[in-house]
Amino acid sequence: MKQSSLTSNDIDHISTLAHLFLTDDEKSLFAIQLSAILDFISKLQKVSTTNIEPTSQITGLQNVFREDEIDTSRMLSQKQALANAPATYKGYFQVKAIFGE
Amino acid sequence: MTIDIKSLTIIQALEGMRNKKFTAVDLVQGCLANINKYNDDYHVLLTVVDEAVLLTKAKEIDKTDYSLPLSGIPIVLKDLFSTDGLRTTAGSKVLENYTPVYDATVVTKLKAAGAIIIGKANQDAWGHGSSGENTDYKPTKNPFDPSRVPGGSSSGSAVAVSLGMALAGTGTDTGSSVRLPAAFCNLVGLKPTYGRVSRYGIIAMASSFDTIGHITKTVSDNALMLEITAGKDPYDATTSHCPVAKYTQLLSSTPKSITVGIPKEYMIEGIDKKIQKSFEETLSTLTKLGFQMKEVSLPHTNDAMACYYILVPSEVSSNLARYDGVRYGNSRQSFGSEAKRRIMTGTYALSAGYYDAFYQTATKVRSLVKQDFENAFRNVDVIVAPSSPSLPFKIGEKADDPVKMYLSDVFMCPVNIAGVPSLNVPAGFVVGLPVGIQFIGPQWSEEKLFAIGAVYEHTNKIRPVSQSDQ
Amino acid sequence: MNYEPIIGLEVHVELATKSKMFCGCPADHFGRQPNTVTCPVCLGLPGALPVPNKKAIEWAILLGLALRCTVQEKSKFDRKNYFYPDLPKGYQISQYDQPLATGGWLELSNNPIIQSSNNPIKKKIRIRRVHLEEDTGKLQHAVVNGTDVSLVDFNRSGVPLVEIVTEPDFSTVEEVDQYVKKIQQIIRYLGISGADMEKGSMRIEPSVSLRELKTQSSKFKTLTQNNKTKKLPQYRVEIKNINSFKFARRAIEYEIERQTEMLQKGVQPLQQTRGFVESKGITVAQREKEEANDYRYFPEPDIPPMKWEQSTIHNLQLTIPELPDTKTERFMRDYQLSEYDATILVETRERAQYFEDAMKQATSDKRQGLTAKTIANWIINKKVDVDNISSAQLIDQIAQSMQTSSMSEGELEKIIKVVLAQNPKAVEDYRKGKEQALMFLIGHVMRETKGKCSAEDAKKLIIDIMNGKNS
Repeated sequence: MKQSSLTSNDIDHISTLAHLFLTDDEKSLFAIQLSAILDFISKLQKVSTTNIEPTSQITGLQNVFREDEIDTSRMLSQKQALANAPATYKGYFQVKAIFGE
Repeated sequence: MTIDIKSLTIIQALEGMRNKKFTAVDLVQGCLANINKYNDDYHVLLTVVDEAVLLTKAKEIDKTDYSLPLSGIPIVLKDLFSTDGLRTTAGSKVLENYTPVYDATVVTKLKAAGAIIIGKANQDAWGHGSSGENTDYKPTKNPFDPSRVPGGSSSGSAVAVSLGMALAGTGTDTGSSVRLPAAFCNLVGLKPTYGRVSRYGIIAMASSFDTIGHITKTVSDNALMLEITAGKDPYDATTSHCPVAKYTQLLSSTPKSITVGIPKEYMIEGIDKKIQKSFEETLSTLTKLGFQMKEVSLPHTNDAMACYYILVPSEVSSNLARYDGVRYGNSRQSFGSEAKRRIMTGTYALSAGYYDAFYQTATKVRSLVKQDFENAFRNVDVIVAPSSPSLPFKIGEKADDPVKMYLSDVFMCPVNIAGVPSLNVPAGFVVGLPVGIQFIGPQWSEEKLFAIGAVYEHTNKIRPVSQSDQ
Repeated sequence: MNYEPIIGLEVHVELATKSKMFCGCPADHFGRQPNTVTCPVCLGLPGALPVPNKKAIEWAILLGLALRCTVQEKSKFDRKNYFYPDLPKGYQISQYDQPLATGGWLELSNNPIIQSSNNPIKKKIRIRRVHLEEDTGKLQHAVVNGTDVSLVDFNRSGVPLVEIVTEPDFSTVEEVDQYVKKIQQIIRYLGISGADMEKGSMRIEPSVSLRELKTQSSKFKTLTQNNKTKKLPQYRVEIKNINSFKFARRAIEYEIERQTEMLQKGVQPLQQTRGFVESKGITVAQREKEEANDYRYFPEPDIPPMKWEQSTIHNLQLTIPELPDTKTERFMRDYQLSEYDATILVETRERAQYFEDAMKQATSDKRQGLTAKTIANWIINKKVDVDNISSAQLIDQIAQSMQTSSMSEGELEKIIKVVLAQNPKAVEDYRKGKEQALMFLIGHVMRETKGKCSAEDAKKLIIDIMNGKNS
């Protein structure tokens, strides 16, 4: 990533990945603001991290599992599952048609 | 009986009820009175539980002997805590009409301890912000000067306690969000060790940074809240087995000599002169208490910010992907511009990121920041730092001083990167505005922080309550 | 210009654990009313968090070990980010660069029943990786109030899924067929899944491309063991929506044809995902689910990483039952059975166990004719209803049939006539066509003769007498 700033195509691509629909103003603004990330990235590249282990869990925990048991206490009824849905049909969540399935 | 909730602590409230001086109903009515008085102006609570429901709960409590640890204590929850049957918005228009069908673990614990949930507090939408101005609703105001910000993102939680709408407010701290509003509202706010309190049911901002903390008037109140909410949760794989100490019983167990570290990387030009003076007074107080001052170095402080601004937005962008309007919520068009910006930033960072190993570099820098704190704590017991380089600023005032912006991040964020606990305690007033001080400790040292905080708190004179009362 | 197929395979298997991968909802969702098997976690509600199912992980490791993979000492879950209505969190928890197991292999079956007759070499298929992930919900098309819509059911969301990825080592459809059947057999041997394609608990996705053959010579065998040194084609086509072995063959065959035609016209096939259309036996281009394939993988922050001790892996290895290949070899060696017979007996663990139970009883049974070959033969050719009689009963029936008569026909006839007279109903039933009646009569007669006649002889004579062939 050696560009100095993001193009309008870049912003379109990212907004598609992010499933966001931006206004033209937002697109121009973000093109500038997102370029700031590149500064952070280049700062990071300057830090010496040879022989340093990455930290993925700040607690140091590992191997946290649950037993293969059924937990009825958290299960939701169909009514609860659908309670906040904008559109439902006969127990299903309803969305705009997706073709190609 | 009318009670002045604004000057009451949890400990005093429990004593009052147990000694039959007043009832839980009195407490609820006191809170409701303040809500009626202030909420419309200060925009503190987004949802208030129905009065009839609250009074019924309070009456039930009044039939008991108040033996539960938080019997009848009115609390507010930051609006990203899932509450079964009670609207939860995360401060966003996306969840304007969302009502969870389950309780967060912390909520279950607080209810089981007898607490009464008064309402849901306003906040920067999704936790994105440190002033309270990024709410999709009306911004909450600072109780000491309503033209100023109360700090964020747990803005409503802090102001609710300050204005007597509740005796405690819960919040989350990802990069400042419990400590800063506590500092700007003259309250005690703890960001515990990451993994101390369960995140199950808490709407996620950045999963490896989010920490649940509480805002109260006193250190002992805060210790009690943590005793109730801390502990391993089988529903949250990132909670620790580390046993939960009886924080309230350890408050007076300060060791004889405490060494306090002052990070040299924090003490740079740019801190507001008045804050600097207040900070020096705090150090002087600590010295008089018998604490030893020592300079420490956190050499990766600067790199910490680059690390923070890669990792946090990356996790944010992923955590906000579930809001697709299929099962709940409005469409993604309803995201505010700050949320959109963070999602875009995170999506870009990840898209450029993992494949090119930037993400991995950031996680390595995270290790370095963690090591910085571990190394420092070999030489000192706690680290002390101001909570903010500036006083609460005016609402709408765009921050234009890059050094102040940098410093406000520096004082707050590395703590979240390292996963260590930090306690904000009121440190006095400057031109009528509150200033806070942070005590930062190693992982799992909350009892030490509470003990030190209690000693420091004790030396301060009684704080004036919010300006609106003067 | 001739082309050779280069085929790789992804197999997804739903594990038959009690609960889902990251929550305690039942994993058994087949045939349930929509959205009745969910909780905040698998529904992706705000604030919910995943906690991994230990058994699912152990079973995935077992499968990796059974496929001779190396279990990675360090492993983790990662988020695979994309948007789709059946993906409740907007990301799938899967594994990216540290899967549970890597670098295994599977020898294709030597089963002469299904092997192509001209290849005596056992081909090795390299397994690239075995990893664990969660299943998505189910999306279906419907028309509601005249409008096309999609309906989503999250019962399946969160069910544990093991993914097995091969190197592109397959050259023919037959090889793919053998592999899938073998994988299914191993999975069923391990008892970790029903691996049923019709029920959706096993799904396959072949990737098909074609490579120019360097020589026109028909002697050139492309069925070599090692494809590593050859360059892979620049594109590959993934095929989805395959619901049976039969459709898998058809889909791959169609795709090979389609790509051959294109290449012969000088057109390189597009790298894409295509869906198999059952009704027409063709593949069609699918709209991309996720734009630009940028999954933005990063380590799952809600789940701590995994680290395996050698001793843990060793203990898991010990729980793996004797697998089909080893069992086949042992049956051939210990029971002197042919490869053909051994392979069929070993097809399921249950049948193999049945055979061995029968053999155990046979060794201590003094009666004649209870040889491995005979017992195998009876089971393989289903001479009796082996699914419904015990191995002890099987032995009895064999022994009885092996018995030679040591009484005269006259003596036998006398006994038979008495038995028939005492059991008029059975005789009537037999005349009505009920075969069991005959069995009943034979058994009776055998008892009366106190083992001195063979079942064969008894049967023949009984029938003759009932048909009036004897006076």
